[in-house]
Amino acid sequence: MIKFFKSTFEKIIEGTLFLSSTITTLAIVLIIVFLFREGIGTFNQSPIEEGFSLVVNKNNPINELSAQQIKNIFDQNITNWKTVGGNKDSIILFNLDNISNFYSDSAIGENFEFLPQCISDYTEKHSGVVAFVSTRYTGKGFTGKILTTPKVTITQFISQKEWFPTAQPAAQLGVLALILGTLWVSFGAIVIALPLGLATSIYMAEVANPKVRNFLKPLVELLAGIPSVVYGFFGLVIIVPGIQKLFDLPVGETALAGSIVLGIMALPTIITISEDALRTTPKAMKEASLALGANKWQTTARVVIPYSSSGITAAAILGIGRAIGETMAVLMVTGNAAVIPHSFLEPVRTIPATIAAELGEAPQGGLHYKALFALGCILFIITMAINLIVGYVSSKKKYNTR
Amino acid sequence: MEHIITTELVSLFYSEFQALKDISIDFLPNTVTALIGPSGCGKSTYLRLFNRMNDLIDNVKITGKVTIEGEDIYKKDTNIVELRRKVGMVFQKPNPFPKSIFENVAYGLRVNGVNDMSVLKEKVEFSLKQSALWDEVKDKLKKSAFELSGGQQQRLCIARALAIEPSIILMDEPASALDPISTAKIEELIYELKNNYTIVIVTHNLQQAGRVSDYTAFFYIGELIEKGETKELFINPKNIKTQNYITGRFG
Repeated sequence: MIKFFKSTFEKIIEGTLFLSSTITTLAIVLIIVFLFREGIGTFNQSPIEEGFSLVVNKNNPINELSAQQIKNIFDQNITNWKTVGGNKDSIILFNLDNISNFYSDSAIGENFEFLPQCISDYTEKHSGVVAFVSTRYTGKGFTGKILTTPKVTITQFISQKEWFPTAQPAAQLGVLALILGTLWVSFGAIVIALPLGLATSIYMAEVANPKVRNFLKPLVELLAGIPSVVYGFFGLVIIVPGIQKLFDLPVGETALAGSIVLGIMALPTIITISEDALRTTPKAMKEASLALGANKWQTTARVVIPYSSSGITAAAILGIGRAIGETMAVLMVTGNAAVIPHSFLEPVRTIPATIAAELGEAPQGGLHYKALFALGCILFIITMAINLIVGYVSSKKKYNTR
Repeated sequence: MEHIITTELVSLFYSEFQALKDISIDFLPNTVTALIGPSGCGKSTYLRLFNRMNDLIDNVKITGKVTIEGEDIYKKDTNIVELRRKVGMVFQKPNPFPKSIFENVAYGLRVNGVNDMSVLKEKVEFSLKQSALWDEVKDKLKKSAFELSGGQQQRLCIARALAIEPSIILMDEPASALDPISTAKIEELIYELKNNYTIVIVTHNLQQAGRVSDYTAFFYIGELIEKGETKELFINPKNIKTQNYITGRFG
């Protein structure tokens, strides 16, 4: 009887453990599936808002305009059809709001019931016209030509520079500036954090006496526990004005500010992991070096650091990983201009900051919303690649020490 | 013959604990001296006096006098780097550096400022030949030292110590982590090296002490119980403790 209870009890425990791991796995898979399903949705849509279309004169040879061309036309950067491969004819932008300038109220109708005819008429009369109108007005009886717009493609998404998802008439979904912004800020962060973190870890592992180390180690770990919004606030109040004054800039919210804040945030990761790596150096190896007449610094540089190089590399890569995924602090200090950065003294925008800042105002299920998920996918792929690299580096055949 | 190492009433304290009690032994050049005794008797600590490796431990206090080639090595202005060039050391476990075979042997030269490749090559070859490893590794000098077997690694560590041309070699149980064949090779090597170096070896293996050493010193709980010619000490020990130890009553 007791045996029966015992085995049942064991089965229950086993079942509970199995269930928890199943739930965890399911949650992870669900998140990834959700992320990618929404993200991939971006690439089946036209960059033009649903329910609207671009119309031109029926004799216009142009059948298709890309999102970028549309933007340039409506920004009046392109003023002749020839530029986009059509006839030599200047482009006339037609705005529905101005229709009363061309047609009398009676022609339009009291309840705009004749509006489609007016648009039709206007496009027919002007050979160079292009108009952005609701599809309600381009149904039966419309005599102009409706342009098609190619769907958003992955290459376009990654290679185009302009991120302006709320642009009318066509959303500009180029994430190159955001990817570069993210990498730029992270690169700056690692340039700051790696020497500082490595120096600190060497100090803690090799130089400091136990008292100092026991004080320093919890302090560094404390640094890891501070919420990122506090770092952001610190950056905003101290670093941003500092940079503005130091470099005499119009604004202090720059990539440099982001890099400094991220660098500080990556420090605990780098210090703890590389210190652990340094401390695994066998005492016998250090003694051997000293017994050969090497001094402490030669021993550290020529034996301890080479011995723990894979751990130090892992620390650096994990530090970068932390920097790339960080959202709040970067959002607060980098200025968030979605342009390709040329120096550290310009504002940049990172992928996580973009998602955090824009998701709230993007209509659910719309193109903008899905594009943000696609950004999330890119971020996911980058951080996953980093984790794989760390796994590879730290599994790389560690020198046999025996 | 002039003594190359002398110790006069040397005591060593780890904080309050006295690990060595008034030890006085003198060493002749080109001899092998074995330090034997049960674990914790202070023989390794005593060995580490000669290249000041005990300095690495906090709260160590040393009294008495240690001279090497006539110089007091615990004087204030002793150059420890110079001392350690003169006194090489081989450790209990093979501990090659995470570097190539060549760089392992060249390490001591490099940290002492020798970077001329032709000099390095010559010295590395010479040292590897002296440690009887050259024929086994001459085709793979660029390979990692960790690819060698344990016995080869230990001979590499000996070559590494020889490369900076010391006059004294300290060996701290150099064969305790090795198989019998590798051990035999190391012992043969010690016998060879005696012609050019003074060797002090700590060992747990009494047969080994009997085979390789000219002189033997028996330590017990920080005290030197007996010292003398190896044959004499093994055949005709004067102290009852020595006799009990070498006959295996305790150990």
